[in-house]
Amino acid sequence: MISTELLKRTEFYLLIVILIISAVLSIVTEQFLTFSNWFDLLRNNSFLGILALGELVILISGGIDVSFTATATVAQYIMGIVISRYVGNLFLAFLIPGVVGVALGSVNAVIIFFTGVPAVVVTIATLNAFNGFLQFTTGGKWIYNLPGSFKNFAGINMLKISRPDGWPATLSILVLFWVGAILITWLILNRTTIGRKLYAMGGNTEAARRAGFSIFRLMIFSYCYMGFLAGLASVVQAMQTQVIQPNAIVGRELDVLAATVIGGASVFGGRGSVLGTVLGVLLLAIVRNGLILLGVSSYWHKVATGMIILVAVIVMALQRKFRTESTA
Amino acid sequence: MGSDSFLEASSVSKHYGGVTALEDVDISIHRGEVHCLVGENGSGKSTLVKIITGVVTPESGASLGIEGEIHSSLKPIQAYKKGIQVVHQDLSMFPNLTVAENIGAVQYIEKGRLFVNWGRIKARARDAFDRLGVDFDLQTRLGDLSLADQQLIAIGRALASDARLLIMDEPTASLTQEEVERLFGIVRELKRGGVTTLFISHRLDEVLEIGDRITVLRNGKKIDTVERSETDKNEISYLMTGKEVEYEYNLEPYQEDETVLNVENLTDGGHYSGVSFELARGEVKGIIGPLGSGQTQLALSLFGLNPPEGGRINLEGEEVELSSISRAMDLGIGYVPDDRLTQGVVLEQPIDDNLILTSLERFTDRKTGLLDRDRQAEFVGEAVKEFDIKIGDPEDPAISLSGGNQQKVVVAKWVSIEPKILIMNRPTHGIDIAAKGNIYDLIAELAAGGMSIVLISDEVDEIMQNSHNIMLMKKGKIVDRRKPDELSSEGLYQELTSSKMEQQ
Repeated sequence: MISTELLKRTEFYLLIVILIISAVLSIVTEQFLTFSNWFDLLRNNSFLGILALGELVILISGGIDVSFTATATVAQYIMGIVISRYVGNLFLAFLIPGVVGVALGSVNAVIIFFTGVPAVVVTIATLNAFNGFLQFTTGGKWIYNLPGSFKNFAGINMLKISRPDGWPATLSILVLFWVGAILITWLILNRTTIGRKLYAMGGNTEAARRAGFSIFRLMIFSYCYMGFLAGLASVVQAMQTQVIQPNAIVGRELDVLAATVIGGASVFGGRGSVLGTVLGVLLLAIVRNGLILLGVSSYWHKVATGMIILVAVIVMALQRKFRTESTA
Repeated sequence: MGSDSFLEASSVSKHYGGVTALEDVDISIHRGEVHCLVGENGSGKSTLVKIITGVVTPESGASLGIEGEIHSSLKPIQAYKKGIQVVHQDLSMFPNLTVAENIGAVQYIEKGRLFVNWGRIKARARDAFDRLGVDFDLQTRLGDLSLADQQLIAIGRALASDARLLIMDEPTASLTQEEVERLFGIVRELKRGGVTTLFISHRLDEVLEIGDRITVLRNGKKIDTVERSETDKNEISYLMTGKEVEYEYNLEPYQEDETVLNVENLTDGGHYSGVSFELARGEVKGIIGPLGSGQTQLALSLFGLNPPEGGRINLEGEEVELSSISRAMDLGIGYVPDDRLTQGVVLEQPIDDNLILTSLERFTDRKTGLLDRDRQAEFVGEAVKEFDIKIGDPEDPAISLSGGNQQKVVVAKWVSIEPKILIMNRPTHGIDIAAKGNIYDLIAELAAGGMSIVLISDEVDEIMQNSHNIMLMKKGKIVDRRKPDELSSEGLYQELTSSKMEQQ
């Protein structure tokens, strides 16, 4: 009984694929299965991982958002200006992007709800609007002079494992934000009424309306939560690179969307899990990491990513076909 | 009257622009009865339901009494608190959630509840199943269940919200005969438990079987409320339409010696097996059976959509392989699908474009490859006249038509390719009585013109009145062959329902 249930789960197949790829990479490269490689991999992907969780919530609710990279960039830049020029306060470094993210998220939700224009169209428009506005006002200038507290915080390590060559493998505190976002998102989706309403709305919006759920509030929640996580991710990204560039994040939308969809979330709404999304991010991260370790040209990374997405969605489509045929 | 009635509504009117939806309607629903609401499409049934459930506000002067409390209009939340619950025709459920959560989701709108109480959700679901006398695995995804089972879950959800008046909107529209019997059993069980039911249906047989009293609406007016014991089908259809509707058997004899189609031992493993029959020129072959007996798969096999695994299809003496729709169409086979809305018409597209979808090349200029709109307009004009399609502008979207007229568009579209064989799968599903009569006349006319027709239906009267020969299909096999005059409606109805209900 449990085993057949397991065989239906996308997460199960994803885990198997990850294990196989990891096993192969462990054999053909020396570095793959080392603490330092894995710690780096987790730190470098925390920012994408956080964004994917926001996208997950939106997809489950039946929406879609591609504007979050612009949201993150705007949030990050405003934070950068404040803490580099006015108050070099670490608390503000987290607060400002969160607030900006929620505000821009609500702009998306309000436009989508009141105009009825498909979310993908609205968020492509806001992606360009937010991003263009930022490029125009900043002239694309980078911010380098981030305060010391910002640098010091980013340098904190949660775990240190000494190695024979003297350079210890360290696990950055930035990973903690990803872990935190995972726990909170899981809690929201599985344990709160709002999370369950989001699933319900994604499954059948009209039924959700008739059941007395406020569609507007749910949309506001999902897009603002995405905005909030975009803000958080932008801080993590800035801490990782220690420089704020207005063009660093925009362009990663599809990576995030891909990770979420590979993880089993449906672009038609109502389906998806936190575990699947985390595994989706890890799969893409491992493949990219493996290609780097194997010395493959970076152009091939995109090809590989594209192939993985194709295979994943084809498998899912076949699975669904099989399922509907077996119940017909 | 007052004390034993659950709902007492009077002087209920509603106009939309210049259109009358309801005019001065009274209705009284007794506590614990099964009250049926019948009427043709557009007679005001759904507006009345919306007013009772608080979705629509009636015009002033209306009085809505619920257990003695008089309101001039209701809000949805008031109706909900009075225990008025609707099982919508589209069910309004969440296919991606589990059975338990679909029933328990009402918990999510309770005030100040942030966290989900899964234990309570499951308890609620179990409680609802106890009252229904059914058992489902609580963790099954709703979408994995059959439509009939999903409907039971919808009823369970209504019960979990303390339904006292359960409104069922066309609940039997997509159910098989056996499933209808199961549903009726449950309605009777609920009645014993004190739940009042308002049952909305097109099917008069069912209304007469399950209803205690029947209210008939026509053109927004209440015509009458009658006791079941004092009425019959003819009276109700008279009240509904204002005219005596008696379908006559008006098929002409066919050329028995001129076989067009000969199907031998056709088999499609999972769906049907060993199906053999001959179809002659001008013959209407009725295939009747409970929904899901393999009729649709058989039809699709004859239309090239579901290549059979074994057996032979001979068309005018030659063996043919029907491997695709275009092949079937080339050979002169047309198909009117059972689901008009998803397979028959392109709802958003203009009526005139819908009409030529099957015959585009006929309206395409050979030289330019472009559509000849004049020729199309000419054809559309003829088709509208010939098939008596009630339309405003041919360029209006098909969705603007009533169900009956949409179906005429589908039939006209197929007839326009002049097929030798036309397969019609439940051609009157979900359309009103008058439009049914039109479709029946059309069948007779086409057959008289020499077209051979395979008519698939689950309605006994439809098959009896419109077939030369009848095949009874059950579980993928032809179990009986008769002529209509060798059968009685009651006998056929019993044969259909004779097999024991399958338990979960």
